[in-house]
Amino acid sequence: MPGAVVLRPRAALAGLPRKDEYSSNGEEASSAAMVHAFIVHTLRSWGRSGDEAPPCRVLYSRVFSPERPEGGGGRDPEKERLAQKERILAVARQVDSVCKLHLQAAGRPTWEPLAPAPEDPSPLQDAPSGAFRLPPGDPFPAAEGERAVLWLGVHSVAFALVCGPQENPLLAECALRSVARSLLDHLHLLGSGSEVLLKADRTEAVLARFLPHGQLLFLNDQFVAGIEREVAAALGK
Amino acid sequence: MYTAGTESFLRQAREIQDDELKKFISRIHSFLQNQDLGSETIDCLQRLLLIVSATKYRRKLDSKFVELLQTVLYLPKSSEQVQTLCAAILRETSPYSDLSLSWDKIQDTRLLSLVFPIMLAQGSKMEDIEAVGQHVVKILEGRLPEGPNARHLLPLLSKVISLAPASLNEDQINLLSKRMVDWLRYASVQQGVPQTSGGFFNPRARQPGPIAEVDGTVATDFFTVLSVGQYYTEDQWLNMQTFSILRKWLLCYGSDGANSPNSDDKSEVDGSIVSMVSVTSSSSRLLPPKERLREKAFEYCQRLIEQCNRRALKKADAELQKACLVEAITIMDIICRQDSSYVYRSLSCLKNLHSRISGDLSYARVLLPIAQFFLNHSETAAVDSEAVYKHLFTKVPAQLFHSPMLAYEFIQFCRHNLPLFAESVSIFHQNTPNIFKFLAWNSPALVAEYMDILPALLGPDTALEIFHLLLDLPCLAAALDVQLRSPQTPLSERTPLDPSSKPTTCQEALRHPEYRGLFQYLLRAELGPGEPGRLAPARQLLGSVATSPRVVQCAESVPVLLQLFFGVVAKFADGSLASKLVLAMLERSDQLYEVPGFKTEVYRVMSSQLPVLCKLHPSLVVELSKPLLEFSGTVTNIQNKEDIFTHVVWAIGEYASVLHDKRCTAEQINKFFEVLEAMLFEITQLRPSATVPKYSPRIIAVLMTALAKLASRSQDLIPRVSLFLSKLRTFVQSPAVVATYNADDAEAILTRATELMNLLKMPSVAQFVLTPSAEVSSPRFHRDTHTSLPLAMKTTSRLLEGGEGRGAGSVPG
Repeated sequence: MPGAVVLRPRAALAGLPRKDEYSSNGEEASSAAMVHAFIVHTLRSWGRSGDEAPPCRVLYSRVFSPERPEGGGGRDPEKERLAQKERILAVARQVDSVCKLHLQAAGRPTWEPLAPAPEDPSPLQDAPSGAFRLPPGDPFPAAEGERAVLWLGVHSVAFALVCGPQENPLLAECALRSVARSLLDHLHLLGSGSEVLLKADRTEAVLARFLPHGQLLFLNDQFVAGIEREVAAALGK
Repeated sequence: MYTAGTESFLRQAREIQDDELKKFISRIHSFLQNQDLGSETIDCLQRLLLIVSATKYRRKLDSKFVELLQTVLYLPKSSEQVQTLCAAILRETSPYSDLSLSWDKIQDTRLLSLVFPIMLAQGSKMEDIEAVGQHVVKILEGRLPEGPNARHLLPLLSKVISLAPASLNEDQINLLSKRMVDWLRYASVQQGVPQTSGGFFNPRARQPGPIAEVDGTVATDFFTVLSVGQYYTEDQWLNMQTFSILRKWLLCYGSDGANSPNSDDKSEVDGSIVSMVSVTSSSSRLLPPKERLREKAFEYCQRLIEQCNRRALKKADAELQKACLVEAITIMDIICRQDSSYVYRSLSCLKNLHSRISGDLSYARVLLPIAQFFLNHSETAAVDSEAVYKHLFTKVPAQLFHSPMLAYEFIQFCRHNLPLFAESVSIFHQNTPNIFKFLAWNSPALVAEYMDILPALLGPDTALEIFHLLLDLPCLAAALDVQLRSPQTPLSERTPLDPSSKPTTCQEALRHPEYRGLFQYLLRAELGPGEPGRLAPARQLLGSVATSPRVVQCAESVPVLLQLFFGVVAKFADGSLASKLVLAMLERSDQLYEVPGFKTEVYRVMSSQLPVLCKLHPSLVVELSKPLLEFSGTVTNIQNKEDIFTHVVWAIGEYASVLHDKRCTAEQINKFFEVLEAMLFEITQLRPSATVPKYSPRIIAVLMTALAKLASRSQDLIPRVSLFLSKLRTFVQSPAVVATYNADDAEAILTRATELMNLLKMPSVAQFVLTPSAEVSSPRFHRDTHTSLPLAMKTTSRLLEGGEGRGAGSVPG
């Protein structure tokens, strides 16, 4: 009987054993629906024996919200930049090893040194993916709190999103897949060229639309198609 | 595909020398100066972007070139590609102390959107970011720019809000709240027209049709992110963007004590008695902007939930539906936190949703925010939410343990709510075995999370079962693997197995009447009585899977959790639990899954924790005298689990004393003595055979010391132990032993034997040294309580040596 439901005054709510939701709103808000960084990097050819596999390489990275040094820019910008690049590399390495363990556990061969069939219509179909948490302070400054990393491995390349912990994980996953699909297409990532390095403006153009300023968007199939049309126009196709 | 060519480009970009780079830049300089923005310039800019971004170290560009890049960036004739490149190069090389972006002169919102990240990279001050916010708000308040340029504003606003939430004043918040209501609720329901469709050549272009639902039918209500059209109008783009930033907006500006009255006052604002069931839309026009936005946001979420009923034609849309459900539920949660009058409406809506999707595994991830909602609000509405939790904790882990994303989210959900669970949700603890399935399957990714969760699961009544669960974790991983791979044929269609024949494969065993029960126990969802010892046949049957990478990965995570387990349990364990755990340790040391390297690691942890538990509850040595005697009387335990054996012997020597337990009789001490004596005899016995099995000098020393300790308490035994100790000299000096032990080891054994012998010559001193009373032993002068003796002993030993003179020759050399 709906009318019988008596709402308790807010005072009763305050008695609940819960983090003070109102004071934590700011923190929650700053991490909601924001991507902190996006990374494209290589996955090492773990399967290969004998010759030394090249280390994990970051092919592209974009930090949407640079960590702000406390006290309004007291730190050396050179050091700040170095630290930022190293944090990104640390995330990439973690993805690399998590992905390797994931494939090992699944009994799947880690990627073959051979190029995948170029006609592979859906390289994302069975692509390994996952998520893990970065505790405060490792590698991002403790003041920034926890972060979540979502990753997706496609043959020898991985895509990773570094998000706030309160992020809508399903939406972030959709976004990661859309971006990955678009980049695979525009940069011929599974081919033998080096466009991912030499045509970084394409990645920028894709990110500017799928993740403007790191904002996750609820893009249905037709919005994605619209964005793809725009990207194609911007890239002069 | 990462090729050697790509690697070489990367190297070149990193290793380019300064003079070479200078030359390259001056080439670009002249292109840009001549406003030659053709393909060669673009190619050069692309390479420059690679050079400046590929290295960890900053490449600073000279200020003239920076200025030029900025000029080109602002040039109206520059293509988007050129602008993107210039902006990215500036961003990657920032900060520059002398760069003034003069963004306030920028009219083009797309350009502003390109410049803003450079500002952030410049480490701009909060005032500048706030100023950009103000600029964006001004545009949003007025007439929006034509065409797609309006699309750059809301993401920019969202970014500013996260960086500087205080930058908007109350009026602006209200005004934008009003506009958001318009964008959310009143976007066009007709499709847009393609921008490039030149009506000139095709004047009879098809009239845009109505917007459709994801299943292809014509839309029945207002536009949402789940509305489909071939092209979208600008207000539809804004609708999508508004919903995307809505959660953040509500969190930042939704609740406000100043002008948003709480639910009790709201009825007065509306001028009517507010029904719990529905606040009608017509009355909402009278609401203050923030509350109106809340109302419209709520309706939007309700519509989304309704739209998720539809079967999407596109797979991507089906995924988006789930993301929308998660967002809608989370937004409802926020709204209810800000205004509890929404709770009842939300609950009934979510109850329906739950009953609709709970049967569909593909929606499992949506169950988490629903449960979160019930956790946050069911108490307010006095609604029983047990069924929601029960379904979540019993069904979901058992069926979807293998989904890495679900596992991650599920565990974060648990971590986040641990304080709540501890107080009110018993089902969480009850389903510990189920929750462990995620860990067993995804251990490398989740072990860190379980370090947070495990302490919350442990309690006096669950500790013992969780101990077994941890030890059986690799076995659980193996069983899950078998379960997942066994065909899901219904029982009726399966060929019946002959109960008399022994199953040959794991899959068969899973269905075999004799073993099915074992697997069911291993794969149980809830804590329950059972005998982990019974699982031995299951562990054996799963032997073939033990070396699979997943099981090995899982086994690697057990020791660290086990260590944590003991650390937590030690804080609350009473004597009875401690002795149960020690007993379980002794039993399980024989019953572990044969994963390579697993046993050694588990023994290491067990042996380090045994003394801790004994120290906390010394009387358990007397209580467990029978199993301890049995364990320490088995020679193979020295060979297989030397670590544990050593600590058991130490514990007997240390705590089998009337000092620690009044029930400890002389008879009991004698029994311990006899068993340990037999052990020492066994391992130091010289056999005629050439090979002497090598036991570590440590175990010999520990046994000797334990015997001496026991003898000091039951002094009839002193002659026996002294005689034995004296015989060790012969043992150590025999050729076979000399060949096996090195000189240092042999000497250590001998020294210890001599010291103990000397000590036992003065029984009262021996008792003082070997069984110190609490007041003597509490200020311990030494650190290692396991094998070395109190400092007093060393002093006494030295005294004894001195007293007897060198003739005794107690220490060789």
